[in-house]
Amino acid sequence: MEIDAKGMHFSELDRLVKGNENDIIINNVMGQRYIAAGAKGKRIVINGIPGNALGAYLNDCFIEVNGNGQDALGDTMNAGTIVIHGNCGDTTGYGMRDGKIFIEGYAGYRVGIHMKQYGSHIPKIVVGGSAGAYLGEYQAGGIIVVLGIGSEDRKCLGDFTATGMHGGKIYVRSRFVPEDLPPQVDVHKVTDKSELAPLVREFCTYFPYDADILLSHDYFVLSPSDACIYKTMYCNRSI
Amino acid sequence: MIDYIQPDYEVVRNKDLCIKCKVCVRQCANEVHQYDEKRDVLYADNSKCVNCHRCVTLCPAKALKIVKTDHCFKPSANYTTEIIKDIYRQADTGGVLLSSMGTPKDYPVYWDKMLINASQVTNPSIDPLREPMEIKTFLGRKPETVKYREDGSIEVEKFPNLELKTPIMFSAMSYGSISKNAHLSLARAAEQLGIFYNTGEGGLHEDLYKYSLNTIVQVASGRFGVHEDYLNAGQAIEIKIGQGAKPGIGGHLPGKKIGPEVSRTRMIPMGTDAISPAPHHDIYSIEDLRQLVFSLKEATNYKKPIIVKIAAVHNIAAIASGIARSGADIIAIDGIRGGTGAAPSRIRDNVGMPIELALAAVDTRLRDEGIRNNVGLVVAGSIRSSADVVKAIALGADAVYIGTPALLALGCHLCRSCHAGKCNWGIATQNPELVRRLNPDIGYKRLVNLVNAWSHEIMEMMGGMGINSIEALRGNRLMLRGIGLSEKELEILGIKHAGE
Repeated sequence: MEIDAKGMHFSELDRLVKGNENDIIINNVMGQRYIAAGAKGKRIVINGIPGNALGAYLNDCFIEVNGNGQDALGDTMNAGTIVIHGNCGDTTGYGMRDGKIFIEGYAGYRVGIHMKQYGSHIPKIVVGGSAGAYLGEYQAGGIIVVLGIGSEDRKCLGDFTATGMHGGKIYVRSRFVPEDLPPQVDVHKVTDKSELAPLVREFCTYFPYDADILLSHDYFVLSPSDACIYKTMYCNRSI
Repeated sequence: MIDYIQPDYEVVRNKDLCIKCKVCVRQCANEVHQYDEKRDVLYADNSKCVNCHRCVTLCPAKALKIVKTDHCFKPSANYTTEIIKDIYRQADTGGVLLSSMGTPKDYPVYWDKMLINASQVTNPSIDPLREPMEIKTFLGRKPETVKYREDGSIEVEKFPNLELKTPIMFSAMSYGSISKNAHLSLARAAEQLGIFYNTGEGGLHEDLYKYSLNTIVQVASGRFGVHEDYLNAGQAIEIKIGQGAKPGIGGHLPGKKIGPEVSRTRMIPMGTDAISPAPHHDIYSIEDLRQLVFSLKEATNYKKPIIVKIAAVHNIAAIASGIARSGADIIAIDGIRGGTGAAPSRIRDNVGMPIELALAAVDTRLRDEGIRNNVGLVVAGSIRSSADVVKAIALGADAVYIGTPALLALGCHLCRSCHAGKCNWGIATQNPELVRRLNPDIGYKRLVNLVNAWSHEIMEMMGGMGINSIEALRGNRLMLRGIGLSEKELEILGIKHAGE
């Protein structure tokens, strides 16, 4: 089904998307929010610029955006895949607990904030370009990969990366060792790329890059150490 | 290192009555009671006692009592015992002081400074035992206008509302902060009472999905356990922004409380900290709040009312006005005396404001702006009796949330040690041995009793005022008079003084 979203209100668009058809192309999208929020079992191609909260609470859908993503994309997403042929806004993948988000270009602030994993549910975000400040804030699980394409000669992580991180991993393709990390976060040079490789290869199936070349470069991985910053913070009082 | 802190309470054992059965030893998870086999003596380590009365209550010989110690510092109205001990504690540990349940500080309880009206001679009171009395409450946005069709029938725009048999609901308490048996008791009681309980921000245990028709699910900044089935299980979705006991502070369930079942429900690995910070980093404005409200509405097809829960803080009226314009259906406001499973002591005891003032300010503001019917208004933060409920509704609330009274009904003795996780009454603990002590078959009946008793009292008070429908009491501030209040307090509460 093809939908012409020109001038359409988000609630009408949402009703059409959630109708019976599972294969949907939406043209002329111009800022409509909440596309596919809570949807499942759909394959959606978006031509244009979707508004905030695309794919919030998403279940097993495949969404491809030929344009930029805005804020809160994939908020509290449960499953499925979102592919952005462009850049992406703030809080992408907020509280995401499974599924994958692939962004060709750069991503805004607080990407992957509150990401969580449980058992076999491991959410993944791959950012082709650089990422803004507070990447992986409060990250409790899942994998974030920042490939830094186009930022090879400079740092591709913003300030305050991994603030409050207490689970999961952040991989970054860079020649520069990530600096100014919070005390509870360890950084190591990646020697075993077995976890990383499938994500980079999948990224390269959507975007015109060579996985072998990308994987031949240096990566660093950020993960929380055992030093829990919260354990010693409180003092019980019984009154 | 010298321990400067002496016990607050003393266990007094009547040796003439004690039969040395050692129930106290077995019952105390704090390990206060010890038995010395060699000397055949039971003794108590007072320093561990939290004054929860478990041993006293279960002692078959009634040989125990707990008393406040008379050991004291030199009395000072300024440097009180509590202040001195807190300084010692912080000098010992360098830690942020942590407490639980509502603040014990003596801030004015305005409920106790308002009196309710009754009919005499000039208008009849109503006997609720023999005459119909309506306390059913619809919670949510109300239609602004009623249109008549050409055939005379009525056309009303309907919004999703919660239907309560009585204007009382159980406050949000997460699975993790309280036990599964406590949650189960609340859920079953809510079902029987035709009201709602609230999951809090810890997800919903799989065994509790069957109570879905009486469940409000909460979505907080950490998004714990939020997925499709969870959102669909709730009859309403509550976005938690703040809590009266800790405005501006989020939740933090320590990893040691995250065992297999809490882990599964919260959908995080065992033993990891569950952090739900105060800021929702996707909400920096009313417009952003609107975005979260509508994303939840979109995801649940506009079938469920969205509640936004906030703590009562200084600009509460303006904040509530913003929320009422955000598309939220219900605003829940929690006052400074509200309970908590753990909060930094200084915040619990010093941040926020009493719910009575916040409620009056919000209801007045929403009325003045003509948007009161956009939202339902629920208040929380120490609603201790049916009289408090009546006063809250007369001040303008649609319904109330009760937390502490519900826990008291389940056996809580307000020892305010929830944060230690060793609740001897099986409520605020995840230790299976302790959780077993709370029998949900009994617990839910006690909750049902409590709310039924309150409902009857509400009807009695309404009847006394000559009011037979809770709708006629709502915002009816003429039914209240202040007692011993200043001009300013009366002005904010929007009531006259007794005698006026």
